[in-house]
Amino acid sequence: MARVPRRILPGFRLTLGFTLSYLGVMVLIPLVACLVRVSSLTWPQFWGAVWTPRVRAAFLFSFEVSLSAAVISVLLGTLIAWVLVRYDFPFRRFFDSMVDLPFALPTAVAGLVYSSLYVESGWLGRFLVPLGINGAYSPLAVVLVLVFVGMPFVVRTVQPVLETFDGEMEEAAHLLGANRWQTFWRVLFPNMIPAAIAGFTLAFARALGEYGSVVFVSSNMPFKTEIAPVLIVSRLEEYAYPEASAIAAVLLGCSFATLVLINALDRWVRQNGT
Amino acid sequence: MLLIVGCGKMGHEILAATLRSKRHLQEPWWVRWSLIVFTVAVMTVLIVIPVICVFVNAFADGPRTYWDRIINDQETLDSIRVTLTVAPIAVIMNIIFGVSAAWLIARFKFPGRSWLIALIDLPFAVSPVVVGLMLILLFGRRGFLGPWLIEHDLKIVFAIPGMILATAFVTLPFVVRELIPVMEALGSDEEVAAVSLGANAWQLFWRVTLPNIKWGLLYGIILCNARAMGEYGAVYVVSGRIPNETDTMPIRIEKLFQNYDMPGAFAVASILTLLALVTLGVKVILERRARREMELAKQMRETGTPV
Repeated sequence: MARVPRRILPGFRLTLGFTLSYLGVMVLIPLVACLVRVSSLTWPQFWGAVWTPRVRAAFLFSFEVSLSAAVISVLLGTLIAWVLVRYDFPFRRFFDSMVDLPFALPTAVAGLVYSSLYVESGWLGRFLVPLGINGAYSPLAVVLVLVFVGMPFVVRTVQPVLETFDGEMEEAAHLLGANRWQTFWRVLFPNMIPAAIAGFTLAFARALGEYGSVVFVSSNMPFKTEIAPVLIVSRLEEYAYPEASAIAAVLLGCSFATLVLINALDRWVRQNGT
Repeated sequence: MLLIVGCGKMGHEILAATLRSKRHLQEPWWVRWSLIVFTVAVMTVLIVIPVICVFVNAFADGPRTYWDRIINDQETLDSIRVTLTVAPIAVIMNIIFGVSAAWLIARFKFPGRSWLIALIDLPFAVSPVVVGLMLILLFGRRGFLGPWLIEHDLKIVFAIPGMILATAFVTLPFVVRELIPVMEALGSDEEVAAVSLGANAWQLFWRVTLPNIKWGLLYGIILCNARAMGEYGAVYVVSGRIPNETDTMPIRIEKLFQNYDMPGAFAVASILTLLALVTLGVKVILERRARREMELAKQMRETGTPV
């Protein structure tokens, strides 16, 4: 992938200028506006907006559901990627392309349909509710819809890595006397870990900011099933802009920390070249 | 890479065949089949059943009633009109940006390049609700530009322009992210050849670059469009949810849902679900076509003759 010195191909200045101004206007200025608004708050004001029982409960709940959803996503997603890459079965291609559906399906639609599937009269709820599993208007409902949203990220990060396993490593392990389980556990699995972690981080970051699907499936009860983005919206509807921006700043901080983590991981994976 | 949407499946046939031919590299049949059954079950419950559920609920009272629910509801019709106004403009903005940024990143080396890539990925990490909030803080009545906007009688927040900005922010990375890997894989040989033969920038783009990247670009556009039409959180915050004026289709779904009009909500949802399914279908077709062209190009390079 040789990159040509900038003199030969035209358009360097034009594209640089346009790209930077577009990003500046679209992304940086709004971001700076938010940060300036937050920094104009005094410390006690900021603290008073962020450190209340309701905000703490919302962040705690957000972290709980996002973390559970990311853990479930990484387990299911890795397994799905494995099966899709390694085995042949009827309708494999169909299931493979359906993995992308949550990328293309509006979150509001996902929320709507999940909320109707798991209620007592719903298609799945009628079997699950009698068993005591309540998948609607409960923390479980939020986790379910976040798994729907996050799982494809894991599949699509793990899948390309699995496709690079061409059987040679396994052949070597077999010749050295490893059985199938040892080969998987000692040879294949360690090579899948970096991609799985990257997928986990993506699913987690996405879950933390998710709003559309969650408002449909959660009862959004303050102190119980209210997530941080829902809290921001309710502060906005009270026209409490300073409080809303303070909470948003904390949420932004969490998202950026996740983003930095992804990039660090990406670099680490590249250096240790799988 | 942050989002790998268009990852290839070229290797599967070869890989599966290799593994099949070597019995000792296969898991025992019962392990294989229980994993397959489990995967199919999970995918069915998580993804396939919800899709079927949308259409069954939408058509529960027959296609006639379904049609009436969409056509005879002025608010629903208006929400479709608003979505068809907001999404295309945001998508066009991101196409122009995407092509420009991909050219810059895939063809030139310059200091700060990796920072630029990180900046492009940033919208993935920002909660849509926060995007809406940022725009209100900037353009709202009490925002930084608020007084100036009121003075000039301009309305951005709680109106279409703000919704376009919010949608464009959220969907910003999709076209670029699709183009960069395609352009990097293609390399710049053909473009350098064109320039050395005297092509100007305009000819270079329309005659060489665009034909090469067209399938990747098309998929980027279609995915970006699906996301733009379905965007909810950011638009919810900046639109003000004025009926008949700033309600988009996803917001209309939420309003119908809140009014316990489930058939109506599912009718609107079915349109967006169809859009998502078409997006996936187009992806499959484009991937197949791109693969075929790649193989043809490889063959040409090896034999030195056009096929």
